[in-house]
Amino acid sequence: MNMMNSEIDPNAPRKSWLGLLAKSPAAEIARLWTAYDTHPDHSILRAPEIGGVMVRGRAGAVGAAFNLGEMSVTRASVKLGCGTVGHGYVQGRSKDHALQTALIDALMQTEAATQVEAAILAPLRKARDTAKATRAAKAAATKVDFFTMVRGED
Amino acid sequence: MYVAVKGGERAIDHAHAWLAEERRGDRDVAELGVDQIREQMTLAVNRVMAEGSLYDPDLAALAIKQSRGDLIEAIFLIRAYRTTLPRFGGSNPVDTAAMACDRRVSATFKDAPGGQVLGPTFDYTHRLLDFKLAADGEVAEMPQTEPNAGETPHIMGFLDREDLIQSEPAGAEKPDDLTRSPLELPASRALRLQALTRGDEGFILGMAYSTQRGYARNHAFVAELRIGAVAVEMDIPELGFAIDIGEITLTECETVNQFTGSKTEPPQFTRGYGLVFGMAERKAISMALVDRALRWKELGEDNLGAPAQDEEFVLYHADNIQATGFLEHIKLPHYVDFQSELELIRKLRREAQAGSQAGEQAEGKGPSGGSLTGKMKEGVAS
Repeated sequence: MNMMNSEIDPNAPRKSWLGLLAKSPAAEIARLWTAYDTHPDHSILRAPEIGGVMVRGRAGAVGAAFNLGEMSVTRASVKLGCGTVGHGYVQGRSKDHALQTALIDALMQTEAATQVEAAILAPLRKARDTAKATRAAKAAATKVDFFTMVRGED
Repeated sequence: MYVAVKGGERAIDHAHAWLAEERRGDRDVAELGVDQIREQMTLAVNRVMAEGSLYDPDLAALAIKQSRGDLIEAIFLIRAYRTTLPRFGGSNPVDTAAMACDRRVSATFKDAPGGQVLGPTFDYTHRLLDFKLAADGEVAEMPQTEPNAGETPHIMGFLDREDLIQSEPAGAEKPDDLTRSPLELPASRALRLQALTRGDEGFILGMAYSTQRGYARNHAFVAELRIGAVAVEMDIPELGFAIDIGEITLTECETVNQFTGSKTEPPQFTRGYGLVFGMAERKAISMALVDRALRWKELGEDNLGAPAQDEEFVLYHADNIQATGFLEHIKLPHYVDFQSELELIRKLRREAQAGSQAGEQAEGKGPSGGSLTGKMKEGVAS
């Protein structure tokens, strides 16, 4: 379904990298960002701000929406020297995480995109996929294989 | 006369200093790190997040450390912190069908697509103390298996297709919010679910258990219990589209309940629903049972007068922070209140004594009259 969306949704690539950055560990992004950092000229449009987002669910998974509880989120916005604006909305309370996400988001809309993709996004994606696959493989190992015992006659 | 009393400051300061010392415990024992609590006391962290109503494992772990492991105190700390956060908005409803399941079991269909996946469960352990844990922390690598590529659809979908289960009505896209306006009755199902998911686990469990024991029995089967990670998506105004802003672990329980039909509904299965932050299946199952019991009115069932059917009773007593706040305040100084009670009792006793002496003189009888003051006197004396 995601692949179909990317064909018709022009925002799909940006959606994908912002989601990846929001869900990746802050320390991992900080490490990759420090290694890459080209010190792009930028100004801060919105200083990092910690807040809450009310997470919603649906009654019976499919019915009316209800409020489940909040999660902590940090956001920031930056503007590059060339005028490109980047936004970061990330899980947790790390201001660096939000700021670095906003900078990466801005750079991904410029000619630096290929380098940023290779230096930061690709390793994050790989780490995420590996972590997900490992967890799925552990879950699969706890899957029950039923076998039927023949009881009685006939 | 009212006399203001000052002078507790020094005692309070010293009490807090001692609290800090007792919290630290024996200094020959290594101090507990917040990261250790987060990683190794995960289920306590989950409970604090669910009832504190804020998903943030680091903060929940910190609260547990600060509260010396008193989880209700930790929940109180998280609730207090939560109120300081500006609200950025509300997420789109999470898609639990797309959950990356660590655990997924059904008590109703053995061969459900996606299978019965046990996950890291306490079930089937023998509940014997494991003294190896006291000796060393070595953990063997667990085996891994190739996961099957197929989806893990909701079991309810199968019953829904056959039209055997009551369908879930749609509601407001922006549901009522307990944290924004006080709870009013009758409450929408959205409000009930919010109150239940942040309610005290022990209270919700007790309420659910009462339905199993016969107080508004609703014959629940766990059609599906799933635990795993889901993405949280929110519309970002400055972007003009929705993005994932995080990923959280949830426990979801869907019950299918026997229902023979009512004045308004045909015989069909009905549903109860539980959804809780973290790995919290006892709470999620309890929530589903209580949710179902509270739905008697919309399903046209009889009110049996059972506690779990009583919306006011359940919703107004489920919150352990409200409850503990009111309960624990009675240990704080009530000197003036009590002084007036004391005065009242002394006055009543004086009146009663004067009355009975007057009575004895008039009728020559003992003090055991049927008057109110006479009864008061007996009550006081006993």
